[in-house]
Amino acid sequence: MVDIQTGNKIKIRVGNMNFFYGPVQALFDINMDIAERKVTALIGPSGCGKSTFLRTLNRMNDIIDGTRLEGKVLIDGSDLYSPMTDVVGLRKKVGMIFQKSNPFPKSIFDNIAYGPRIHGVKDKKDLIEIVENCLIKSALWDEVKDRLDTSAMGLSGGQQQRLCIARALAINPDVVLMDEPASALDPKSTLKIEDLISDLKKDYTIIIVTHNMQQAGRVSDYTAFFYEGRLIEFDETEKIFTKPNQKQTEDYITGRFG
Amino acid sequence: MTKQRLKARIIKYFLQSCGSLSIIIVLLIFLFLFKEALPFISEPGIGGLFHSVWNPVSFQKEEFGLLPLITGSVLVTLLATLIAIPFGIIGAVYISEVATAKEREVLKPFIEILAGIPSVVLGFFGLIVVAPLVKDIFGLNTGLTALTGAVLLAFMAIPTIMSISEDAIKSVPIIYKEASLALGASRIETIWKVIVPAALSGIVASVMLGMGRVVGETMAVMMVTGNAPVVSFNPFTSVRTMTATIAAEMGEVTFGSSHYASLFWVGIVLMLMTFVLNLVSYRVLKKYGMIDK
Amino acid sequence: MNKKRTGEKIIYWLMRGVTYSVVLFIAYILLDILIHGLPAISWNFLTGFPEKSGAEGGILPAILGTLYLVIGTIVVALPLGMFSAVYLTEYSKQNRFAQSIRMAIVTLAGIPSIVFGLFGLGLFVITLNFGSSILAGSLTLACMILPTIIVASEEALKSVPKYMREGSLALGATKWETIYKNVLPYALPGMLTGAILGIGRAAGETAPILLTAAAFFLPDLPTSVFDQVMALPYHLYILATQHPEAQKILPMQYGTALVLLLLVIGLNMAAIILRIRVRKKYKW
Repeated sequence: MVDIQTGNKIKIRVGNMNFFYGPVQALFDINMDIAERKVTALIGPSGCGKSTFLRTLNRMNDIIDGTRLEGKVLIDGSDLYSPMTDVVGLRKKVGMIFQKSNPFPKSIFDNIAYGPRIHGVKDKKDLIEIVENCLIKSALWDEVKDRLDTSAMGLSGGQQQRLCIARALAINPDVVLMDEPASALDPKSTLKIEDLISDLKKDYTIIIVTHNMQQAGRVSDYTAFFYEGRLIEFDETEKIFTKPNQKQTEDYITGRFG
Repeated sequence: MTKQRLKARIIKYFLQSCGSLSIIIVLLIFLFLFKEALPFISEPGIGGLFHSVWNPVSFQKEEFGLLPLITGSVLVTLLATLIAIPFGIIGAVYISEVATAKEREVLKPFIEILAGIPSVVLGFFGLIVVAPLVKDIFGLNTGLTALTGAVLLAFMAIPTIMSISEDAIKSVPIIYKEASLALGASRIETIWKVIVPAALSGIVASVMLGMGRVVGETMAVMMVTGNAPVVSFNPFTSVRTMTATIAAEMGEVTFGSSHYASLFWVGIVLMLMTFVLNLVSYRVLKKYGMIDK
Repeated sequence: MNKKRTGEKIIYWLMRGVTYSVVLFIAYILLDILIHGLPAISWNFLTGFPEKSGAEGGILPAILGTLYLVIGTIVVALPLGMFSAVYLTEYSKQNRFAQSIRMAIVTLAGIPSIVFGLFGLGLFVITLNFGSSILAGSLTLACMILPTIIVASEEALKSVPKYMREGSLALGATKWETIYKNVLPYALPGMLTGAILGIGRAAGETAPILLTAAAFFLPDLPTSVFDQVMALPYHLYILATQHPEAQKILPMQYGTALVLLLLVIGLNMAAIILRIRVRKKYKW
């Protein structure tokens, strides 16, 4: 699939999607095409549904009892929510970085090797290679190469988050979802993560939830503004930040509410 | 892919059946108690249970009246509860509100040890130490009385009452305490007039759970209450509880006899009593969020 | 004002007195049994067979019998309890089925041990025809300690934070892989605490095995799970209440009581220590 106007290849297509937590509807009729190898930022006030939306893209909401989704979410043209879909295979294709960095209480090496091991990589040499590659990609290699077998819990907050990125890359995904990955970090670590995101988009389709509009402006190619469970506006980041079509978007961008 | 799904489904059903096991066991317990007790209804008839004499082995007239056993259990249980309440509740208040952190660290494991002492050891101690003491203090012919049993059982109930009351007291919102102190109440006043009343339902539930434990206790009572199946509300007489009756007589009955079946009726009554006590306290604790659903 | 403070102090001291009198009572029991029991314990006592219906000799068969019963119990109850807890915390939804399971667990936890004995007698000994045996006794005790193990295991599982599960699922692990590789290893020590507490309880119980497994005197050690066994608590009960010369063999009674007490308290202490260490090790 290719977007006719921009010429971008479309990685994810969301069509008429409604999402419910039990009786409560959290997302209303979302339609969105997400471009391959670009960074798409999801912004909006808290509770607007941006995180919920993000979690529908790897069916992470499935773990919560009583959730229900209507409509379609296509990744590379195949329906994520069809009953035939292999959820596990899907999650392998879609990596996720959480708001709170969540390294497992294992060694740095074992954290990154966790995914590959699950997916059947047994050979120690292969694992070592994967771990090294992913740490290099996540710009953490130089800091930890001498202590791969120490506990990941001993890393700083920013390092932990980069470790989680490395861990997500280790399963070789196409898409990386990031749920406010820098919200708990200091400005310097945040900057590192942002640099990293710009590097990664060469190889990955990245979707990032952020409450920080400067960050959205700095890292993303496209920006989607959510409000009260609806997608209000979705366009090139530059356009959203300079001349948005919707009044609500403008109000939010300029800080008049939220 | 389908293989993986099949595997996931098998695991789920396997775990589910393990989970249902508790339900199955409870049902089986009811089933088997009634199954073994049932023959009693046709011969000698269920009415026999309502007599006031328990004399199951007799050449003249066998009697299976449960009344003396029930009163025996009730008497011992009430006495034990009365003794345990002040210790349990005051102890809980002390541990949660007065004791220093260091003290608490010593006291709590100690109380846990008490909860862990096997009842047969407690019964043995009662037989050798407490019974002669009761006999001397009250000038009785025998120290094997309801009171002796009650004292021992009280100490089995205290850990339950203490730990659950402590949880109840801890779950009282700190703002109550602060509000009371801010109004110029002393700590003691705050404890007894604000905190304890606020935790009362939890404390009551803890007492009921303790009672549930006491009613069902077998070995210690059997060893020290004298085993006389008489209807009595005098703490200084020998009595026989339902639990002791089952434990003492089951070894000697003929399988399938009326006596055998009657002991299962004793079990049913016992089970229902503890069931009600536990159910009510569980409901109370759940309502106040001290057990999660 | 000063008078009020004195009054308050008195009340504190009264409360302290009440609390410590419980402690004193416990200490008295422990010391009494320790002081009178210690002289009775010898190599012979621990490794010999009872002689003259328990008036002399040792208690080896009773120690081994209790060991066999406890091993049988834990072999049955631990896996079942663990899986049951995994189902409740990881799989079950908030529906009536899960609620009935919880209700059943609460009910089980409250059933008097002697009633478990009756149940074991009816089901295992008579209906399934295991006879009075290690098998029947172990199964009965397993039913009894199942709630303890389930509740402790559930708590251990719940203490593993949600992000451990989400993180693993997001990496494409299946639900079971996640539980098996990233939840159970961290919950295991906590589960073992529950198991040890359960063992402690099973080792000290008399009433259930009275009806399902125990014999006062056996000339030989059991050779299969269908054999009856001697057991420490039952041995103590008989020596103290049924023996014709109960007064004369006090040392034997105290010795048996001490061994049983050490076993049970040892297990409880192990559980407490393990729990403290687990809490220190994983601070989520």
